Amino acid sequence: MAKLPTPAELIQINYQMPSKGWMDLKAEMRPGYYVNAAAPKWMQMIDYPFPRAWNVADEDWQLPEDWKERVLQGMEDRLQRFRSLKLFFDICVRCGACADKCHFFLGTGDPKNMPVLRAELLRSVYRRYFKTAGKLLGELAGARDLTDDVIKEWFYYLYQCTICRRCSVFCPYGIDMAEMTILGRELLASVGINIDWALASVAQCYDKGSHIGATPQAFKDMVDFLAEENERITGITTPCPVNRKGAEILFVVPSGDYFADPGSYTFMGYLLLFKYLDLDFTMSTYAAEGGNFGWFISHEMGKRLNAKIYEEAKRLKVKWILGGECGHMWRVCNQYMPTWWGPIDFLEEPVSPITGTKFENAKVHKMVHISEFTADLFKHGKLKVDPQRNAHIKLTFHDSCNTSRGMGIFEEPRYIINQVLPEGHFFEMPPNTIREKTFCCGSSSGINANENMDIRMLGGLPRANAVKYVHEKYGVNHLGCICALDRATLPTLLQYWVPEVEITGITELVGNALVFDDEIERTTDLRDRPLAGFEEADEEEGAE
Amino acid sequence: MDFFKRHFLVPLIAVLGLIAIAYVGVAANLQFVFGVVIPYLAVLIFFEGLIYRAISWARSPVPFKIPSTCAQVKSLPWIKRDLGDRLDNPENKWWAMGRMALEILAFRSLFRNTRTTLLRDQEKPEDSRLVHWSYKWLWLGALAFHYAFLIVILRHIRFFTQPVPQWVTALAEVDGFVQFYIPTVYITGVLMVLALLYLLARRIYTPNLRYISLAADYFPLLLIISIGITGILMRYFYKVDIAAVKQLAVGLATLKPVVPAGIGSIFYVHLFLVCVLFAYFPFSKLMHAPGVFFSPTRNLPGDNRWNLHVNPWNYPVKFHDYMHQEDEYREAMIEAGIPVEKEK
Amino acid sequence: MPEKNVAMALNDLLLQKKSDILDRWRDQVFASYAPETVRFLRSQKDRFANPIAYQLNRGLTGILEVFLEEAEAEQIMGHLDEVIRLKAIQEASPSRALAFLFLLKTIIREELAPQANDPAFAAELSELESRLDGLALLGFDVFMQRRERLHEVRVSEIKRKVGALLRRLGMGDEFFEEPSGEE
Ligand code: HEM
Ligand code: SF4
Ligand code: SF4
Repeated sequence: MAKLPTPAELIQINYQMPSKGWMDLKAEMRPGYYVNAAAPKWMQMIDYPFPRAWNVADEDWQLPEDWKERVLQGMEDRLQRFRSLKLFFDICVRCGACADKCHFFLGTGDPKNMPVLRAELLRSVYRRYFKTAGKLLGELAGARDLTDDVIKEWFYYLYQCTICRRCSVFCPYGIDMAEMTILGRELLASVGINIDWALASVAQCYDKGSHIGATPQAFKDMVDFLAEENERITGITTPCPVNRKGAEILFVVPSGDYFADPGSYTFMGYLLLFKYLDLDFTMSTYAAEGGNFGWFISHEMGKRLNAKIYEEAKRLKVKWILGGECGHMWRVCNQYMPTWWGPIDFLEEPVSPITGTKFENAKVHKMVHISEFTADLFKHGKLKVDPQRNAHIKLTFHDSCNTSRGMGIFEEPRYIINQVLPEGHFFEMPPNTIREKTFCCGSSSGINANENMDIRMLGGLPRANAVKYVHEKYGVNHLGCICALDRATLPTLLQYWVPEVEITGITELVGNALVFDDEIERTTDLRDRPLAGFEEADEEEGAE
Repeated sequence: MDFFKRHFLVPLIAVLGLIAIAYVGVAANLQFVFGVVIPYLAVLIFFEGLIYRAISWARSPVPFKIPSTCAQVKSLPWIKRDLGDRLDNPENKWWAMGRMALEILAFRSLFRNTRTTLLRDQEKPEDSRLVHWSYKWLWLGALAFHYAFLIVILRHIRFFTQPVPQWVTALAEVDGFVQFYIPTVYITGVLMVLALLYLLARRIYTPNLRYISLAADYFPLLLIISIGITGILMRYFYKVDIAAVKQLAVGLATLKPVVPAGIGSIFYVHLFLVCVLFAYFPFSKLMHAPGVFFSPTRNLPGDNRWNLHVNPWNYPVKFHDYMHQEDEYREAMIEAGIPVEKEK
Repeated sequence: MPEKNVAMALNDLLLQKKSDILDRWRDQVFASYAPETVRFLRSQKDRFANPIAYQLNRGLTGILEVFLEEAEAEQIMGHLDEVIRLKAIQEASPSRALAFLFLLKTIIREELAPQANDPAFAAELSELESRLDGLALLGFDVFMQRRERLHEVRVSEIKRKVGALLRRLGMGDEFFEEPSGEE
């Protein structure tokens, strides 16, 4: 009979490096740490190869006969098409500067979650098949054979990376694991290995228009409902035109903003703002999803989903595009969209109809970020606000990885926050956890599924720690962000670690504070919570 | 043998082996091979390999403009961006060049390095808090090594030239300005070895670094340390005939190789190791030096939205157009009051 | 009241040894933290310099503190939670997640080895043992609460994902009682 384990044996945590070398350590598929395999129907909907029913926990992943050739061929192909890949494979000096920068490593202590080792998982195969030293010396040159265990390991660890680029900021050569992760996921997809959560969203978005798979009429119904909510709370009618040709501006948001909470309150904020300005805009049932889960799984799929933004702008004959608060939508729009479809000569250089400001920084791209748009309005004194209506909120701001390290928006949201919050209600988290060094929510890049909650909570721990710090120190009770995925995943994370803090979009705060001439007296915010001074007997939870 | 031992001991033995080879070679009177043939060969391999690699990188396309944007992007004119912001998120190629210069001359990104540490909480002394604190030792060590190495190389020019250019002499003078020993001690040589020892030590003693390190990481370190040590030994302890060395070096440089007699074998060991370094360079991670110039996350401006980047292999993809949606939901859309293209 | 005196002595003894016990306990919980060869190079401070160890350290310190002061169950729950909220997602099974509590038992027993055979302490010792068992049992409660919480955050995430839609359908209120107020 097996000996009963002692408590000491049962305790195995921490940042110890295993005694076995990483090449000899097989990845163990731990429930709670991975996302389920994609159902064949999603793969069929987007013509992905090798649809089949399989399970991550299975021994046999039913790879196609020639999987190895396909993967190697795919690698060669990408080495030729992406200088980044070739370079990042060749020049890493393993200095370790990136090692403890990844939130997954900080949260799990698993050495293969160090960005440098995550990259080595791919690089070791590159060396084995594409470099002479690797062919000759094998393991000693850091090379290893491509086996199905290696494929499993790639799957496990490439889907424990949120493509957040924090590692790249610290690397002396800018080696970007995010880029390699996407390319690695492409290789996995080429032999039929995908995750269900991402693929379901992608397939539905491809087919119907949004990740959630809503029909055009459902979309209209939802935005109308949120407009009615606005009316109920503020007494202001905030119409939301849909598919209206000839509008000046096409407004694109992630579907999370009209289906999910708390994104919906941000959406209500958008509508209030536009009504305040009498903005000539339209939304679209076709470009109903600004978010792009496609890019999480491949460059090509990203492009296939992104097509509809410019397509719809063209069809509706708008002048320019306004984009809502969304992290990865903006990273995709900023890094790839003009390159995919440019030059964009069917749109005009964006000009704010209210202030006359020319958005010269968007003159090729023709799409303006809502934070830029709103900040400009405030700068020109076009918005009358009552910050006291946000007095129940003590805020900290989470820079989303994508808008931070994939675009560089830091100041605009902070500027807006300072306009709509009473003085002394905004607190920054510690310096090395914000701005370009911001910690990821731990659930981005298509892994915000339900079945991998354990790893999500661990990956988000560094972020949660920083939030907890400002919560304990300053009584912060809200965390603001300009990202729909954050609004989806951070409430979950904080419910587990810092349940006293809630999540809010920035435009929601603008919506709370905007003063209309003909509004009814406001006693609640957009979430029906009593404003400061209007609380009944029961105290607002979370406030100091 | 475990992973670490294999990856550490093999390069160690290799470097010792190389030293032995040179000793034995010189003892067997192969001065010509070690003093002329191998150096030429090494230089040839170095340049060929370097150029080949650089061209292969330069040739591979850059499909997307993906700089890591490490500061506020240029947006509205009144959004303040200081000098640092402009360098960390360059708005055009000039600023991008500035960013590159800072990366190459000052290791900007490494300077950001943080480490997670515990600090005593100011307000609650019994409590400590976890912070991601700035950590500059790696930056300092790397910078010290690279600059010392650079200056050591430049100082070597004095062997290969006749007359010695003014600036080389000046450099050597500055380098040796603290005179506490005869012959003059060049600070950089010592500094280089010390910095390398630090880099080696951290690799061995930091658990996660040791875990990721490969033979290819130890080998160049051990090799250059050996070069440094043989150099230092030669200069201060086992003196060699400098005039003869210079004769050999000038001969090599002017393509009229001569092998003067009477140079100590330690010189040949030093030279041989340098040759190995040169020949090894293009095939190794040392290519990070030219590589960093090509890095697309660093050498491109963050100007995607106002300056179109073209992907040379951009290709059309399959997607559903708007009519696909309308055709499927026309009736419901009409019923919901959504404008449509075709009323049937 | 000779019996009471003995009890005081035992508790005093433990309180005196508190920092030793804590050190040993942390050492064992972090046993695998630093490979032997490098341990001497790492300062004591560094060992907790990551989010996991930091969180664990806070919890372990609190648990021992409160336990030795014979505090009420409610007080100790919060500290147990500090550790177990991490263990609940890190470990595959309750046995692994709660092993750290049984380590404490062993350590205390070893610390009190000289007293173990002294009949004067027998009653107190057995009371202590049963309090330690009680601690472990509470640990199971906290563990279950944490797994439950994990389940809750899953469910509430699913609901939030279509939160606006649920409100649209008039199903909002009962779902959107945020579970945050409790604890
Ligand atoms: C031009 C820009 C360069 C940059 C930004 C750069 C940066 C770095 C950095 C950050 C390291 C990491 C230190 C470590 O390993 O812990 C390193 C190591 C090293 N570099 Fe460079 N380097 C450059 C040029 C060069 C050149 C021209 C050489 C010439 C031989 C060189 C040789 C080395 C060597 C030998 C190491 C030590 C390898 C090791 O630590 O394993 N580097 N470099
Ligand atoms: S920081 Fe860059 S060079 Fe250093 S180990 Fe990480 S990826 Fe490699
Ligand atoms: S991109 Fe983010 S998640 Fe991925 S390895 Fe780098 S730091 Fe970790």
